Amino acid sequence: MIELRDVHKAFGSNKVLRGINLSVARGTSLVIIGGSGTGKSVALKCILGLIRPDSGLITLDDMDVTKGDRDAFLARFGMLFQGGALFDSLPVWQNVAFRLMRGSLKRPKAEAREIAIEKLRRVGLKPEQADLFPAELSGGMQKRVGLARAIAAEPEIIFFDEPTSGLDPIMSGVINDLIREIVTEMGATAMTITHDMTSVRAIADNVAMLHDGVIKWTGPVSQLDNSGDPYLDQFIHGRAEGPIEAVR
Amino acid sequence: MRWVAAFLAAIGRTVLQTLAMIGRLTLYALDTISHMVRPPFYLKELLQSLMNVGYFSLPVVGLTAIFTGGALALQIYAGGARFNAEAVVPQIVAIGMVRELGPVLVGLMVAARVTSSIAAEIATMKVTEQIDALVTLSTHPMKYLTVPRVLAGLLMVPLLVGIGDIIGVMGGYMVATRTLGFNPGTYLKNTVDFIETLDVVSSLVKGAAFGFIATLLGCYFGMHTGRGAQGVGRATKSAVEAAAILILATNFVLTSLFFSI
Repeated sequence: MIELRDVHKAFGSNKVLRGINLSVARGTSLVIIGGSGTGKSVALKCILGLIRPDSGLITLDDMDVTKGDRDAFLARFGMLFQGGALFDSLPVWQNVAFRLMRGSLKRPKAEAREIAIEKLRRVGLKPEQADLFPAELSGGMQKRVGLARAIAAEPEIIFFDEPTSGLDPIMSGVINDLIREIVTEMGATAMTITHDMTSVRAIADNVAMLHDGVIKWTGPVSQLDNSGDPYLDQFIHGRAEGPIEAVR
Repeated sequence: MRWVAAFLAAIGRTVLQTLAMIGRLTLYALDTISHMVRPPFYLKELLQSLMNVGYFSLPVVGLTAIFTGGALALQIYAGGARFNAEAVVPQIVAIGMVRELGPVLVGLMVAARVTSSIAAEIATMKVTEQIDALVTLSTHPMKYLTVPRVLAGLLMVPLLVGIGDIIGVMGGYMVATRTLGFNPGTYLKNTVDFIETLDVVSSLVKGAAFGFIATLLGCYFGMHTGRGAQGVGRATKSAVEAAAILILATNFVLTSLFFSI
């Protein structure tokens, strides 16, 4: 289980997280929604240790994430970055198999390639695309390669940062279905950041809404439409009027 | 009065920012050195960096050295003629190239070619979250990106300096023997007789120092880039400027250490 307790983070005078409290149960899929610049990505990066929170506690299975073996901790995670974050000097299959070619999870090259091609097939890409470079792929394909990389080592916990941003509705649907399938089949714990309400309904077991640096609402996806929370209502219906200022 | 206070405050801010940057750079250098001797080691990345810093820099280093050696011979001949000292061309070309121009020009060429490319590449990786991706894939960016590049600078730039020294001397030799009427055999004998071991050692030590500076600054500014394309541009520009200035300053310090009377 992942738990954040009273997590604060500021960049200069800009207080992004003002005391986040959140928990994600093992094997469930939590989607974090909220306006741009409300600190959703910062929260994910704090969990992974990419950003150090100013105060508060983040635990994984009741262990402080800042303590203990960092490699072992990171080996439990996979992450799909918003822009893909593929290494453009490496061919697609080496991007996917990156973790399997070095460190504690290292396998023979041929085996790593075989796993990479299997994962690429899993996200709907052909084996002949394995030897292309990321720059030779479309945005949707790059996203799928990022997804294949995130699941290559079969992690227990997967983070998805805006998995469908910049994609057309059909490709978004494909990615949403893939994420749901992968999470269900692998039994992984998932945390997703998105603005796309279709994705929320397709991916989430639970939803949390981040606004003004705190969690305004959290609950199961089935209660999304009758939460009674004015912030959540305004956000999910995309209304300009409401407690959330349209111009921030 | 307010204008004076604002002026002094601006100077103070600049000094503090510069000192803070020197502190961060020093810590970064020490961190890099400590990671050089601790596993894991990324051999493939090191070989790629050796090729990029060394082999692919050869054309620019060779061309710079040969033209500089030739121009130096012409200048010394013309200047020496004013007090009947034209015969010292081989000795002055050799000492000028090996002690000073060889290492400094190679250092500056590496700063222009390698520092800029390292800074731009790493800065782009940073703004596109590739560095964050490396961390999530249990790979330390310092070990994977910085150490191979800095090691390559440390190992390959002295080699480039040695090659640049030889090509520079040969540039002087070609000009002197073909246009200034020097005897080829005598020119080479004078060159070899005049060069001392300390000259060569100082040249190679300078090369190692300049290689370390050029690659380290490329990595440092790349890792500390601002956001977006403008951030990448600024990081690249700052890396090349800082590397060029630090190379020239280090050259002065090393020359003082090696040749102070």
